[in-house]
Formats: sequence, structure tokens, C-alpha cells
Amino acid sequence: MNTAVVRLIAGRIVIAILTLLFVSLAVFVGTEILPGDVAQAVLGQNATPEAVAGLRHALHLDQPAYIRYFLWLGSLLSGDPGRSLVNGLPVATLIASRLPNSLMLAFVTAVICVPIALMLGILSAVWRGSRFDRAVSFVTMSIISVPEFMIATLLVIVFAVNLRWFPALSYAAGKVSLDQFFRLFALPVLTLTCVMIAQMMRMTRAAVIDTLRSSYVEMAVLKGASPIRVVLTHALPNAIGPIANIVALNLSFLLGGAIIVEVIFNYPGLARLLVDAVSTRDMPLVQACVMIFCATYLFLVMLADISGILSNPRLRHR
Amino acid sequence: MAPVIKVENLRVTAQDECGRTNIIVKDVNFEVQPGEVVALIGESGSGKTTIALSLMGYARSGAKIAGGRIAFGGRDLLEMSSRELASLRGRDVAYVPQSAAASFNPARALLKQVIESSEIHRVMPLADAEARAISLFRELVLPNPEHIGDRYPHQLSGGQLQRLLAAMALVTNPKLVIFDEPTTALDVTTQIEVLRVFKKAIKERGTTAIYVSHDLAVVAQMADRIIVLRDGAIREVDETGRILKEPKNDYTKSLLAAAEPRVRAATDEALRETSAQPVLEVRSVDAGYGALDGEGSPALTVLRDVSLTIKPGTTLGVIGESGSGKSTLARVIAGLLPAARGEVLLNGERLPRSAAQRTRDQLRRIQIVFQMADTALNPARSIGRILGRPLEFYHGLGGDKRRRRVAELLDMVRLPATMAERYPSELSGGQKQRVNLARALAADPSLILCDEVTSALDTVVGAAILDLLAELQREIGVAYLFISHDLSTVKAVCDEVMILYAGQMVEHGSRSALHQRPLHPYSELLIASVPELREGWLDGISESVLKEASAGVALPSRGEACSFFNRCSVRIPGRCDVEPPPLRRLTKGAHIRCQRTEQELVQLPAVAIQKDEERRVGTGTAKTVAG
Amino acid sequence: MKNDQTITVIDTSPPRRLRLPVAGMVGAGIIGFWILIAIIGPYIAPHEVGALVDDDLFGHMRWSLPLGSDYLGRDVLSRILVGARYSIGAAGAATFLAILMGGTLGMLAAVSRGAIDMALSRFFDALISIPSKMSALVVIAALGSSIPVLISTAAVIYTPGAFRIWRALAVNVNELDFVEVARARGEGTHYLIREEILPNIAGPVLTDFGLRFVFAVLLLSSLSFLGLGVQPPNADWGSLVRENIDGLAGGAPAVVMPAAAIATLTIGVSLLIDNLPGRWSSTGEH
Repeated sequence: MNTAVVRLIAGRIVIAILTLLFVSLAVFVGTEILPGDVAQAVLGQNATPEAVAGLRHALHLDQPAYIRYFLWLGSLLSGDPGRSLVNGLPVATLIASRLPNSLMLAFVTAVICVPIALMLGILSAVWRGSRFDRAVSFVTMSIISVPEFMIATLLVIVFAVNLRWFPALSYAAGKVSLDQFFRLFALPVLTLTCVMIAQMMRMTRAAVIDTLRSSYVEMAVLKGASPIRVVLTHALPNAIGPIANIVALNLSFLLGGAIIVEVIFNYPGLARLLVDAVSTRDMPLVQACVMIFCATYLFLVMLADISGILSNPRLRHR
Repeated sequence: MAPVIKVENLRVTAQDECGRTNIIVKDVNFEVQPGEVVALIGESGSGKTTIALSLMGYARSGAKIAGGRIAFGGRDLLEMSSRELASLRGRDVAYVPQSAAASFNPARALLKQVIESSEIHRVMPLADAEARAISLFRELVLPNPEHIGDRYPHQLSGGQLQRLLAAMALVTNPKLVIFDEPTTALDVTTQIEVLRVFKKAIKERGTTAIYVSHDLAVVAQMADRIIVLRDGAIREVDETGRILKEPKNDYTKSLLAAAEPRVRAATDEALRETSAQPVLEVRSVDAGYGALDGEGSPALTVLRDVSLTIKPGTTLGVIGESGSGKSTLARVIAGLLPAARGEVLLNGERLPRSAAQRTRDQLRRIQIVFQMADTALNPARSIGRILGRPLEFYHGLGGDKRRRRVAELLDMVRLPATMAERYPSELSGGQKQRVNLARALAADPSLILCDEVTSALDTVVGAAILDLLAELQREIGVAYLFISHDLSTVKAVCDEVMILYAGQMVEHGSRSALHQRPLHPYSELLIASVPELREGWLDGISESVLKEASAGVALPSRGEACSFFNRCSVRIPGRCDVEPPPLRRLTKGAHIRCQRTEQELVQLPAVAIQKDEERRVGTGTAKTVAG
Repeated sequence: MKNDQTITVIDTSPPRRLRLPVAGMVGAGIIGFWILIAIIGPYIAPHEVGALVDDDLFGHMRWSLPLGSDYLGRDVLSRILVGARYSIGAAGAATFLAILMGGTLGMLAAVSRGAIDMALSRFFDALISIPSKMSALVVIAALGSSIPVLISTAAVIYTPGAFRIWRALAVNVNELDFVEVARARGEGTHYLIREEILPNIAGPVLTDFGLRFVFAVLLLSSLSFLGLGVQPPNADWGSLVRENIDGLAGGAPAVVMPAAAIATLTIGVSLLIDNLPGRWSSTGEH
């Protein structure tokens, strides 16, 4: 560790925080300034003007926008993003009930995906142009090109409808046995796994090929290094930065991009909460959910940036 | 004695973008005897690197070894499996590539990389390999040999990395070492030190080596025998001395002729007669990159207090190594990089610092031609359109008039008028550089800034461009600012020469003044470093020159002190590193920036050389001293 | 996931005839077919989109109804032919707008350098940190769903990505000496962009268009699938999958066929851009 690295890392953190502030502003503008009176929308067309005015006051809608922004930001930071407009429950409670489910889904998927995807990506890069590479490339390209809902649907037809291995809906209320737990989880995880592996593998392949083209890799070959040694000691250590970025991007996708999967399998995660909130125009809930997703994204990207800085020998040894 | 390696009918093919197969090495035959150093020499596209790599059974992607035999240690290399090849590479045949910085893995410590071949092939225990590497570091005169291996590639200079590459190749004591242009990427003053230690290492251990290069003068120092290549085929093979003195092949002759360019510049008398106002005057310019600080200095200063004048119709050469700021100077004059301080005057008229604020006529009178002919032409536009644009932009020419003028311009640079319909990618490097020149001429300039215009070209092609520049100057009287890192080119075309070191002018005088002592200590080093086309030049270099050469690389000047201080052999500590060097006018007419007086300079280097000679006589290795 | 890991390849060889491998030809053929359908679809549709033509729900394939019938007994073929317009048209329009905005600003940033470049890059870097589906959901929550809203939302979402790639490509060209020569000649920003930069990034930029078009098709059909996209009575392919999802258990063509339509379109585009020669490629992956 030296001062330059510390300064760079501090810079990344500051940039992440500033970006998050910008995002909060964008979210606020997107949800609050746009046309439509929230109070009117909540109470419906038949509400009395007094009731509407009362609600407007309660929601600080009669205040100027910038004051409302700071009020909202303050409440968000204090961990109390208000109450749902639809059912009056605290937004924090609603989120707290869903967040663990989303984290669980993301965790299980990540544990399966990351090693497989990195392995496939590295192998394809090493054997680039081979039959293996072309086959993997075509399959992953097809998966990426197809909407997630189609992959989910396909898996339902195969595993739930035809083979009857797993239930099509993933979540049953109440306690479940370990065996049931795995079967309930299977299809959502499988769907996400397909998509994630495809994306992560292609990005890893490109990053590793990039380092395999360098002169020092050619030099290692001319020193008589075996292909495994070339990859492990020469290519991979220099691909850590890009690979960390790839993993971060995909993990953030897991949390936010799982929308389709959660809806199809009726999985009570955060993303489905957001979709429901959008369809009922429950703004406090939408804002809070979006902020969680964006903050996660920025946090992961920041971690990737920092690991890129730490793995860069130019910065580590000065 | 059986040869170490014997190549018979080697043939290498490569696929181009459209899938066509081209033969890039045709039926090459040669052998290398034990302890012999054989040079493969040729210009770009001659196949020299391809041949060198195929000696390790290796072809770069797209290329394929299509036929022939390479006998090595009683076996045909081309019949071996990839596993057998791997066990050979690095142990029996080692490779020293051109680009040292790119050839080291940036993420690993250097010692690990140097002993990696020994580790892979289990030649010796790890501790022994490390000890051997350290003794090689010492032999190759690397600083701090015990600990330099703990450092990382980006922490060392190019010259040091190149020597580490040699250590990496020698660590397993291979039967054959291939040096592939190992000093081409280095500055001349760095190159001579690397050449010296390479030669010593090769001689002392009787290494069998292949030395690939495009530079005859360098090869003359290193090789016992020279193989001249062109278009993938051998043109001539002979002892080094015979190739230099009595070449038989026409191509070899043209290579030799181009290696020592003849003088094309105006005579000094003609220069003195022109008392006209200078076409360009640069006064005390400071320039650099990054934000300006409170005092108006940029974050990274590249040029410091540079002044010059160019008289109409003459050529000023600016010579310097990488980092000297010579290209920055051209960018400042063209207004591409606004100067931080100082001024640029065109025909006595002060120019705004940035091109954006200059008038169209001011822009027209200064044109610039860049080094990389390839990237200086828009690949999506035809030559006619490229040349037509300045005609339209500056002179408002259109239609037939423009077309006729384009044809005239092509004729001026000795290209056929039909070239106008072609696209840049259809032209050769030399033709592209001619088009670049024609585009500059289209503006009717009074000054052309030539930034390393021949450096990317093969010597023969470059020589023709130099001829063209001289002819054009005679015909239309345009002035040139000719920037180069190559002293012999500058001497060939320039009336006056300015030497830059780390952003400071160190010497400025007429071309002939470069041949007269005293010189600025850096000029002395620079002139002594340029390889000469004769055997034994390298062995005759004086020790004081070598000491300066090995003392490190040019850093951008900081503060007021002399930027050459660290390397100078006649420095005065406490003065040279504190006070700015004064500008002195020497009796030969040139200006230098140095603390030493003319008197001192006349005496000092002589003393250094004398001492040197005494010592050599003492050890019985007296050689002629380079002047 | 829409954060572009840009791996930029610049090759300054001249425009030559494009040579495509077979897979690329197949891709180009599929794209051509669907574009044709998007234009003439409504005129060749055998039935009215809303007409109930079958007594059976989720009817099987037969001569009179080549792709069977949907959950209300409407002709699936006609609905796909007409829906092509929404799926391809909306995604195409959004992509075009995104590239128009992102591309122009990207080239401007590259040519201007300095403060303008800095400001634009920071702004779009921040925008890109909002996941695309999130921004879409927020805007739709606020404005409701209509075709213009969908197109402009998708356009705004893909503008930062287009900006990044176009800027990266333009920066590479901008560093080349011929641009420097033009600048020294005194040419203005407009000329530099139009004559020096644009012609030299045309290939990669077309590839980028394809990639972004695939993203847009996927986003819009996903939104429709969630019921937040194209609203009834209009229907794009995503909506067709959604409304017939009940036929899934029986493997009804009403749900399989629109899904297949989406897949062939996006795979076709991917096939084409994956198989373009190296100098056309703009990105490694998305």
C-alpha cells in the first residue's frame, strides 16, 4: 500500500458517492417532477379537494421540489423511506421482507455461475477457434440473444411440465423441508444461471484473449512454458482487473435483472416488489427499490475498480 | 565441425485478410557454426524475424511453416511435436525480442521471469538459477545486481530491460541465442552500452547466436557473417568484412549506400549570404502537458526556454532522443499545442499560440508532415480528395482547376497523376509519404515542419524522400524544420542543427560546426554513439562516453539546472545542478548551454580520453579512439 | 448488464467488398426477412388482428390457420405479422434515436477533448449506473405506457452506451495524424466529425447499431411480457407471449411462435454481427 494507491481508491469511493447522489436526483426527478398528481392518483377521481389537499400536505407535495428532494434524501439516509401509498405499510418493512429472498437467490446463483463461467471463458480463450470454442460461442450467443422470459418458459416446459421434476411456481408459504427448498429454488436459479454463465463467459473469453495476444505471452511460449503455465502465471494475473469488472457487472445484474425470473416464478424477491409497485404507481416504494439496486450496482463496480487498482503492478510497486 | 543449426529450403506462408496465401519466406538455406554470430539483415517485409522465429519451430498467428528442414542437434525441428518443441525452447534455443517493455509480464517480479526457463526445464535448482541470474546481471553491468530482480518491469528503463532479456536468454546456457533487433527500440546513446555488454557476453562464453537487424552499422559490430535478405529470400551471404567492403549483390550495395546518406543541404556560404528576415522565429518557448500552475507552467514541462530562427529556403535540423521534446516543438509551432510561455513569429509577425486563433493565411504558411505516413492519410478518402481539400480550403480552388493542380502536385512529388483516384491503403510507405508532402505543398507554404518523416521508412526509401525534399527546396525555396533522432539524416539535409536534450537546447550551430571541437558534452556523446559502418567501431568507444551512455535516460528538465547533469562526465557538482547553464557563443559560431567555458571544454574531454588511452595501453587492448 | 466492456478495434483499411461467412449470410437473410415482414405484414395478414376466427382456444396448426389460434380464438399468424411492426419498429426507432444522440455527443466529446469531453463522459457514466430495466420501470411508473413513451425511454436508456462506444472509437481515430493535419490546417469541429472521423468508424458503428438493436428488442419484449409494454389492443411479440402464457402447458403454437419470432430476429442479428470481419467489430460483449 502506498499513498498513490490510497489516493486512487479514495477517489473511486468519492466518485461512487457522487454518482449515487446524481442517481438519487435522477430517480427523484423521474418519479416526482413528471406530470400527474400523486395525491389525486392515490385517492382516485372521486376524492374531495380537501382530502387531496390534506394528503398533498402530508406528502410535502405543497413544498418546492428541491426541499422535497432533501427531505426525501434525508429520510432515505435515516433508513425510513416513508410509507407505501397503496397499503400504508412502511416501505422499510416491505423491503425487509423481500430483500433476504433476493439475496438468497443471488447468492446461490453466483456460487454456481462464477466458477463455471470463468472456467468456460478461460478454456474458450485458450482453445480459441477450436470446435469447443465455436460450439460454446454459438450456444452462449443464442442464450444472450433470447429474452430471459423465453429461457424461463423453456425450462418450465421441459422440467416442470414434461419431466415434472420441479414445481413451476417457486414459492410456497410457510416452512419447507430442505428437499422442497432445493426443488423450489431449482428453476429460478437454473434460468438465471443460463443467462449469467452465457454473459460472463463471453466477457471473460474476450478479456483473456486480450492478454493472450500480448508479447509477454509469446515470450513465455518461446521460453518453453506449457499452455497451462502460460495461462495461469502470465495471462490470468494480468486479466484480474477486467475479470473483477465482469463479475461485478454480472452480480449487480443478478439483483436487479432478476425481475423477469421473479415474476415468472412468482418469487417474492425485491425485483417483483418493484414491478408491483410500478404497476400500482406506488412511488415511495419504487424510489426505495431503485435506489437499493443502483447503490448495489455502484458498490460492486467500485469494488471491481478497487481490485483492479490493487492488482495493477504499476500502482502496487512504484 | 557440425553446424549448430542447419536450415534447408525453409518456406513460410501467411494468409492475408482476404484468405489468400502468400509465401513470405522462400527456400532459405543457411547454417550456423558453433561459436559463430550470424546476422540476418533486411528491411521490413524481408522475412528476417519470421525466419528467426521458425528456428524455434514457432510461427506467429496467420503464418505457417510450410516446408523445409531445420536440423538442430541431429533432429528436424519441424517434425517435432509441440511438447518436444516446448522442451527445446528456452533451454536449447533462446530468444531476445525487440520490445523489452512489452515482453516482460508486468505482474511478475523480474527475477522470477529471468529464471523461468530454468524452472520450466528443471535445468538447475532454484537457488543456483538465482545465483546465476545475479552473476549475469553483474556481467551485463546492471545497477544493483543483487536486488534488481525484485523489481517490476515498469520500474526500469528500456536499456536495462533489454539487458535483463539477454540475462533471461542466457540463464539456461542455450546452444543458440536469437537476438531479434534487440536495440532498435533504444536511443543511440543507450544502444551503445547495450551493444557493448551483449558483445562482451557473447564473446566471453563463445555463444552461438543469430542477430536479426535492419541496421548494417550495428550488425557490422556484432556479426561474423551476414545474410542479406529481401522479400523472404537470401540475396547474399558473406563474411562481415567482405560484405562491407566488396558487396556483390546490387541490393546489398544499395543498402550500404543508403546507410551513409550523402549531403544534400545548401552550402554554408549560401546560408550566410541570406541576410533576409527569418521565416520563423521562436523566442524562449516553454511548453508541456497538463494544467497550468499559478506561475503559468504546465504540470509536465516538455520544452524549456527554446529559441530558434529559420531563414527562408533553408533547413534547420532538430535532433534529440525520445523525451527530448522535439515533436512537441513542431506541435507548438503549428499551434496544435499552445505554448505556455514565449512566442512564435512568422515573417516577423507574432502568431497566436493556438491554431484555432490563427488566421487562415497564417495557417497556410506553416504546414506539417508527420512520421507515420500510414496514419497521416485519411484511409476513407481518395488521394485526389486528400490533396484537393487544402486547395479548396486555402485557395478556394474548385472543379477543373483543382484537378489540374492536384495532378501538378503529384508530379512535383514524382507520382503519376493517376494516383489521384487511389486510396491510401493501395500505396506503399514511400508513396504515402510523398502524398503527405504533396498535401503540405498544396498550401503553398513558406515553412514545412517535417517530424521524423523518414524514420518509419526503410533506409533506401527514406533516402529517396530526402532527395525529394532537397529538390523541392531548390525548386520552390521552401524552408524546413527537420526533426529527427538520427544524426546522419539530419547532417545530410540540414544547413543548421539544433540539439535538444530533455527539453532544453544544448547546442545550436551550422552543420559543419558539428564536426568541430569543442562540442557540448551531450553533443559529444551523441556523435560518438552513432554506429559507424566499419568493423571494430564498437570496441573503440572511449570509456567516458560509455559511462555517460550508461548513466540513465533523459528526464524532462526540472527547475533551472542543466538537464544533462546526471550523465555529464565534466559536470561541476554544486554549480551545474543549481544554476541554469549560460548560453555561450563558441568561436566556431555555434551556441551551447553549458557551465564550462570554451577553454575548459577544449581541454576536459581530451583529458578524459587520454586517461582512457593510457589505461588501455596498460592492459594491452589499445584501440583507435572514435572522434 | 448494459455496461459496455468496449474492446475497440480500429483498422484503417479502405472499404472493400464485404466477405461474409455462411453464418453471417444466414443472419443477414433472417434480418432481411423480418424487415420485409415489418413493412408488408399488415397487408398480407390473412385475417383481421382482432377477429375471432376459431372456436377452439389455443387451436393447433392447420391449413386455414397455419400457426393455430390464440387464447381467444384469434389467428396467431396474423397477429405475429402485424406485431412485427411494433417489435421491430419500436426497437429500431429507439436504437436509431439512441445512436443519433449518443453517437453525435460521443464524437463531439472525442473531437473537443478537454472540459466538454470530461463533462459529457462523467454525465453518461452516472446515467449508465442505473440498470436499464430500472430506468424503464421508473419512467413507465411515472408516465404510463404508450408507444412514444416506450421508444423514447429505450432511446434514453441506450444513449449512454452508444455514447461510450462512439466516443471510444472516435478517440482512437482522433489521435491519428490525419486528424491532426486537418486540425493544423484550421478545420472546424463539424468538418472533423463529418469528413475525418465518421467515415473511419462507419463499420464498427454499424455493428454497434446491431448490438443495441438486440438489447432494445429484448428490453421492449420483456416489458410487454411484464404487461408494462405495448398495451392492448395493440400487441407486439412480447405481449403475444404474455397473453397466451396459459397455453404453455399444452405447448400451444400461440405461445411458442411469437417467442420463436423474437428468438430468430435477435439470433439473426447476433449471427450477422458476430461474423462480420474484424475491422467491423466494435465491442467484445455487452
